[in-house]
Amino acid sequence: MGKTFAEKALGRAAGYDVVANQVVTVEPDWCMSHDNGAPIARTFKKIGVKNVWKPERIVFILDHAVPAPSSDHAVNHKEVREFVAEQGVKHFYDVTSDGGVCHQKMCEEGFALPGLIMVGSDSHTCTYGAYGAFSTGIGRSEMAAAWATGKIWFKVPESMKVVVTGKFKPGVSAKDFILKFIGDVRADGADYMSVEFHGEGIENMSIAERMTLCNMGIEFGAKNAVCRPDQKVLDAIKKNAKCDRWEPLWADEDAVYAAEYHYDLGDIEPGVAKPHKVDNYGPISEVKGTKIHEAFLGSCTNGRIEDLRAAAAIMKGKKVAVRTIVIPASWIVYRQAMKEGLLDVFLDSGCVICNPGCGPCMGNHEGILAPTEAAISTANRNFKGRMGDKESFIYLASPMMVAASALKGEISDPREAL
Amino acid sequence: MSEILKGRAWVFGDDVDTDLIYHNKYLAETDPKNMPQYAFEYYPGKEHFAKEVKPGDFVVAGKNFGCGSSREHAVYCIEYAGVPVVLAETCSRIYYRNAINNGYPVLFVKGISEAIKEGKIKDGDQLEVELSTGTIKDVTSGNEFHGDAVSDLENDIMQAGGLMEYLKAQAAAKK
Repeated sequence: MGKTFAEKALGRAAGYDVVANQVVTVEPDWCMSHDNGAPIARTFKKIGVKNVWKPERIVFILDHAVPAPSSDHAVNHKEVREFVAEQGVKHFYDVTSDGGVCHQKMCEEGFALPGLIMVGSDSHTCTYGAYGAFSTGIGRSEMAAAWATGKIWFKVPESMKVVVTGKFKPGVSAKDFILKFIGDVRADGADYMSVEFHGEGIENMSIAERMTLCNMGIEFGAKNAVCRPDQKVLDAIKKNAKCDRWEPLWADEDAVYAAEYHYDLGDIEPGVAKPHKVDNYGPISEVKGTKIHEAFLGSCTNGRIEDLRAAAAIMKGKKVAVRTIVIPASWIVYRQAMKEGLLDVFLDSGCVICNPGCGPCMGNHEGILAPTEAAISTANRNFKGRMGDKESFIYLASPMMVAASALKGEISDPREAL
Repeated sequence: MSEILKGRAWVFGDDVDTDLIYHNKYLAETDPKNMPQYAFEYYPGKEHFAKEVKPGDFVVAGKNFGCGSSREHAVYCIEYAGVPVVLAETCSRIYYRNAINNGYPVLFVKGISEAIKEGKIKDGDQLEVELSTGTIKDVTSGNEFHGDAVSDLENDIMQAGGLMEYLKAQAAAKK
């Protein structure tokens, strides 16, 4: 009987053969925290251990509310800086032009690597599966414990296999696919499971698109989501891999799965997640013409250069009809967009460009919604009130659909805007 | 552990996300004792939960309770309100780990999602819950439900009083 990716990755980390449902204790390769590093540091101090187990394995990236929009946020940032200095934490991305959204930084800085065990005190830590890592989100207490002991327990998850063939038609992208998929399997479809994306449809995707898929893994309950680390990944990590502990791992042909799904990307059409659940899928035909008041292009789901290019291609030479907020996922992305002239395209269209960070995604700042307002957003969650008032509405969509909708002030079919 | 807990049921549906349980606008709060005042503020029809919940009351929910964010506030705001246990068909992985790691019990109850939809267990019903056996009696409706036991490691962590206490005990045992 063959092994799944999760069995191989956790087995490699444990140092012995493991099978699904076995409980293992492993040492994480990286522990990532963002602004919530401050309360974690406070919890850590209560454990009674003086030093973190390996300061070189800990990463802090300030992104949730940067620069600090309130004194509470400022206090958190200050405590993170103090903890970094006190513990000699090696990898720290402060509020500087080296920063960005934590998940984007973990990938572009060479932390996300094949076969590694990566944990983060953020639920979208599953993003790094795009590089073949076993990565998953954990809570604050658990992160404090991991810093103290260098250990974390996992039940080896059962696995779901998603086989993807074909190619997207113009105007359709990875976001449309994953929203449709979540609509099909529902928000708890992969609860506790490791989700593997297989097939030529995935091989044809850019790493950025694979990040979009893996990022949304948590939205259907996955413990982790992963794509095969192919040549594209190996080429990408060559330039700046942060360690040499990595090893490309992938599931055996005869691995055993708890569930299996097949999709042809050619069948996918533009679609959204309607308020207030990510699995509340609606094809464009159902939501076209819905009035919106704000458009948001950015986040760890869709704030990469590929996303900005796709949106700019639609916006070029046209004016937005509603306030449109563009937030590149990192300053590297920002600079690249500047070089390519994309920022000029957005500014000429009337968009507002904010500094890299999470922005309005979880309602901290930079685009809070008023009662009765609706937003179309490239982010990953549309929970009630997430971007502001509890009587506001969020539609999740692809960068192309957000761009097309921003131009009309209503949800619009990107295929008609190409 | 054969004690029978008695209290009122606060009944919720499927996929209750972490923003509905504890909205992100209160995330800067880090003292668990201050968190119950914000519990379920965004859940339609349960805005009064925070004011009216009494120690000993139960949170009853359907599938995938606590989906979404990794915030532990969503556990604390219920735990510190004095709710002794969450009874749900299933809950999200991170929510479950956060609960266990804080020594807080979540009982998985087969069929309760459907029972909620069919009105077999209603908001305001009086419940009797025996944690050691997983038996849940709805005294108001007369219906009975059964929860699953937790795994050994999870039970060890909970018995120790949470992950921190468990780790301290492990470290002491080594010395």
